[in-house]
Amino acid sequence: MEIKKSKKTAVDVNAIRKLIKKHKKNDLAFAALGMFVIASLTITLIILFLDLVLDGYPKFTLDFFSNFPSRRAARAGILSAWVGSSLVLLVTFFVAVPLGIAAGIYLEEYAKKNWVSDIIEINVSNLAGVPSIIYGLLALGLFVYSFGLGQSILTAGLTLALLMLPIVIVSTREAIRAIPIHIREAAYAVGATKWQVVLHHVVQYSYGGILTGVIIGMARAIGETAPVITIGALTFIAFLPPSPVSVDPPFLNFEWLSSGFTVLPIQMFNWISRPQHAFHINAAATGAVIIILTALMNGFAIKLRYNVRKKIKW
Amino acid sequence: MNIVSMQETTISPELAKKFSRNLIERLIEFGLLCSAAFAVLITTAIVYVLVSEAIPFFQHVSLYDFFTDTVWTPNYSIKHYGILALVSGTLTTTFIALFVAIPLGTITAIYLSEFASHKVRETIKPVLELLIGVPTVVFGYFALMMVTPLLQKIYPDLTTFNMLGPGIVMGIMIVPYIASVAEDSMRAVPMAMREGAYAMGATRFQTAIRVITPAAISGIVAAYILAISRAVGETMIVAIAAGQQPNFTFNPVESAATITSYIVSVALGDLEHGGIGYQSIFAAGLTLLLMTLSFNIVGHMARKKFAERY
Repeated sequence: MEIKKSKKTAVDVNAIRKLIKKHKKNDLAFAALGMFVIASLTITLIILFLDLVLDGYPKFTLDFFSNFPSRRAARAGILSAWVGSSLVLLVTFFVAVPLGIAAGIYLEEYAKKNWVSDIIEINVSNLAGVPSIIYGLLALGLFVYSFGLGQSILTAGLTLALLMLPIVIVSTREAIRAIPIHIREAAYAVGATKWQVVLHHVVQYSYGGILTGVIIGMARAIGETAPVITIGALTFIAFLPPSPVSVDPPFLNFEWLSSGFTVLPIQMFNWISRPQHAFHINAAATGAVIIILTALMNGFAIKLRYNVRKKIKW
Repeated sequence: MNIVSMQETTISPELAKKFSRNLIERLIEFGLLCSAAFAVLITTAIVYVLVSEAIPFFQHVSLYDFFTDTVWTPNYSIKHYGILALVSGTLTTTFIALFVAIPLGTITAIYLSEFASHKVRETIKPVLELLIGVPTVVFGYFALMMVTPLLQKIYPDLTTFNMLGPGIVMGIMIVPYIASVAEDSMRAVPMAMREGAYAMGATRFQTAIRVITPAAISGIVAAYILAISRAVGETMIVAIAAGQQPNFTFNPVESAATITSYIVSVALGDLEHGGIGYQSIFAAGLTLLLMTLSFNIVGHMARKKFAERY
């Protein structure tokens, strides 16, 4: 009886060892699979990006940035595109950032738990999931025709501002939420009003996080193509909008807001759609410019967030 | 007496100040509320614009034809408006993209969350975020100029414009979204659950598959839903590389238009404001919005149903 039992356990030990071996093998196999997937994805993307940069390399000259688009690929440049992108982003920035931060502050600091707040919350999270081309249709129906703003820089800037808004709101809220309650309590204790608490403390300490969201939103706005095409932005623009600053008083003018324009991704799309190979080189160069711009902005934002998280210890 | 007068002189200006102080506070709160309510205004405006432009369209085209006709030819003399011709393209490219993105994204998420060392994770995560920021027009270039020619070497009959190339590129584009969201939800599973599993003798792989994945399933499902929404609404990749000819087919090697690429192709041409062509893009947009909205609702319900409390 005793012997029989021990024999049985001996068999079991072997089986268990086998089982452990098998599972350890599975473990190793999955680790290898994971590394393989990540490595192959990274390598694929690096190859694609390098190919793009190499394709566009012959166009990386000063002329490319200072020439208008042209029917001759060799002479064509992205002057009107980068100027247009900058002006559109200017509008986007001044609309989306104040609105987004204000909305974020309201939802985090002021909103009471009631149906109004619920509706706003649901709307913000829904807006983040609406495809960008839908914003283009909204702008086409509303800004271009109902408001009569036309296919202008103002229309494009407002459209991209709507797209960017949820990003700014969400990042503002996350940054504010990280501030511990005792900071606010300390300010209230010395007699600050709610707005003073928000302005002097909450906004000051969440600054880095908010900035991260703003930069990521701006980087997305640079690359956004579909909504700008949908409002009917022209693709062949061989002129610059009127300058926003002038030497004569009042120094600022706003004619440029109603000017026609093109932006970098639309210029790229236009060149991809042409059959001649020479234009594809231009497209690749423009693509490289867009990628480098957005990567620099996003990289800066990610680094900034990392620093903020590291620096602040409550 | 003295004390009372002192109180009066100090209290009344305080009170006056308090009134203006309160007023300013109220005004600021109202201003902030208006900014937040702007989000509701945008949603209302989207629905209003799409519906008000689509209503005249549906007075020309019956809902029955819209949903059952399989031909979409708004530019020909015999006009057909069968949205299925566009929906088929959207679903095919989405399916290819998910076929690529879901396995790769899930494996990446599990690896990063459960297997990778701290250092590896901290290096890969920012790279994923950088990839999320790459503009889609650039991915469109990849699909048309690099991936499709590569596929043509394997399968020579492939046309320049097809759904396979853009679908695969879209999948690669979506991997970082899935990996990032799914990884976040896996990291959120309490350490005690892992330790419990390890204490029972489970390996990393067993812990990841049998403990962490079920615990984080609501976040993983959310990641998949996000991916579906992205793929359905993705515009530039398909507009550049899938051709813009509406075609009722689920065959990935054929060229076809999606709902989004149809909107782009109409917007690139001459828009006759108020014409039926103009209205048709709003009807198409409304269909797209309803599709993404229903995915989002399903996702929300799935998240609620699977949500594990711990």
